[in-house]
Amino acid sequence: MKRFAIWSWLWFALGALYFLLPLYGTLDFSLRMQRGTLSLLAYQKALADPQFIRSFTFSVQMAVLTIIVGLLLIVPTAYWVHLRLPELRPVVEFLTLLPFVIPAIVLVFGLIRTYGRPVTILSVTIMPPLTNTTLGANSLLIAGYVVLSMPYLYRAVDNGLRAMDVRTLTEAAQSLGAGWPTIVARVIFPNLRAALLSGALLTFAIVVGELTIANFLARPAFAPYLALLSNSRAYEPAALSIVSFALTWAAMGIIDLLTRGAPGVLGGAGH
Amino acid sequence: MSETADSTTSGSMTGPRSPGPRRMSWAWVGVLPFFIFVMAFLLLPSAAIFVGSFQNPQGQFTLDNLAGLLRPNIRRAYALSIQISAATALGGGLFGFLLAYAVTIGGLPRPVRSTLITFSGVASNFAGVPLAFAFISTLGRTGFITAVFRTLFNQNIYDMGFNLYSFLGLSLTYMYFQFPLMVLIMTPSLDGLKREWREASENLGATSLQYWRHIALPILLPSLLGTMILLFGNAFGAYATAFALTGGLLNLVTIVIGAQMRGDVLHDPNLGYALALGMVMIMAVSIAGYTWLQRQTERWLR
Repeated sequence: MKRFAIWSWLWFALGALYFLLPLYGTLDFSLRMQRGTLSLLAYQKALADPQFIRSFTFSVQMAVLTIIVGLLLIVPTAYWVHLRLPELRPVVEFLTLLPFVIPAIVLVFGLIRTYGRPVTILSVTIMPPLTNTTLGANSLLIAGYVVLSMPYLYRAVDNGLRAMDVRTLTEAAQSLGAGWPTIVARVIFPNLRAALLSGALLTFAIVVGELTIANFLARPAFAPYLALLSNSRAYEPAALSIVSFALTWAAMGIIDLLTRGAPGVLGGAGH
Repeated sequence: MSETADSTTSGSMTGPRSPGPRRMSWAWVGVLPFFIFVMAFLLLPSAAIFVGSFQNPQGQFTLDNLAGLLRPNIRRAYALSIQISAATALGGGLFGFLLAYAVTIGGLPRPVRSTLITFSGVASNFAGVPLAFAFISTLGRTGFITAVFRTLFNQNIYDMGFNLYSFLGLSLTYMYFQFPLMVLIMTPSLDGLKREWREASENLGATSLQYWRHIALPILLPSLLGTMILLFGNAFGAYATAFALTGGLLNLVTIVIGAQMRGDVLHDPNLGYALALGMVMIMAVSIAGYTWLQRQTERWLR
């Protein structure tokens, strides 16, 4: 066993190096804006830039809206499938996994082709091009983000539902005279809190750093701003990379605390 | 599609508001919003790409776009995407497996394991512009490791042929989110290897090598292969990281699609649709392979 542990430590050390060196490099770089001394100048400049504030606020707003829409869409569906339509489960599961097959760049391409022109049914225009108005483009962006986060959100909610006895809880609540709103709000939801929160945090992390969809829908989001900034500046983007890493870390850390011992909901997206 | 949906669930579940047995169930209405959303924002856009790749700009049927996929520059883009995805899936897969092994069977203490899992959760979600920037600050021309090599060994790694904005550089960057994903998926699988199997084989006189060769590896193989296929797809669909790192210097399929969409080069959206279609097909095959292999493993590792 001793010899084993030495190898194990070696692999772990290598993994830790791979993980930490780029972070150290970025952190070090971000502190060197002032010549000859370490300072937080890059952070001050980056965070005070009104364009940063605008784009970051925009991304946070989009993330919150994505979480709301995603939860409203996924939670009732997953609950209903568990309770009443178990034979639909493979279909729903398949559909929620589809975004894995359709990369973000393909999705946004399809969205632009479908909604970048007037939507017509039998040559009657029922909707003007969504990409022409701010509201339309933002709605399209949120729809795209809901699609992107669907696999994670559904899996988190589904895991949460599996961990509790939905049927018995619902029946018990019904026999005590509870209506559907009461059942969902006071029985199902509290039991799902950890799952919902971790799904929401993962969605937040994905959306705030997402580049592809925002870029092609020309939305003023954080990642496109960061990409643009790194063409003209050196230190500020490094500082913002560290900030965005810290955010991801915070989101994952909280998820980790919430789901201790439960099957993982973590997993990559948005590359 | 689900009018008879309620027939398999218990009658008592239909709720107090629906007295007596009914043939028509309205239960499917509950999932209607989901299906409408998926139809509008996932299936319809995908169908649009599919149809578009068989049309010319005037909207007539054509196979020219698919034939266009055979153009040398497009073939090279697919080849490069496939090479990078395969290399990082293999590299990330092996390294991730060794790490997962180290924290499960390898005998590392529990806190190390939970640290690694959290790290992996963060790293597998850390991508795009910040990731590209992290690697530029580390292995770029003025990066910190580049500087270390210069001061310690008096060597410029860029003179030695290294370049971050190349196949190797992009692969190293992709590895940052590839191997953590492997760790996240393989750790539970390795946990599923039962101690009894090892003990039984040892009691029968098997060496460690024989145990791995005849028992552990055959059980893990579908999961190993499946996860590597997933990593392949993960890298294949990546756009943001490659775009942020190389600014479109490396002609990956995703980058070429992006260029078609923006109209940078010979604007031909229909060829773009065909490119996207080819991409979705490769992704579909890999995800299907992953799902199938994962199911093979589940029989043993439960």
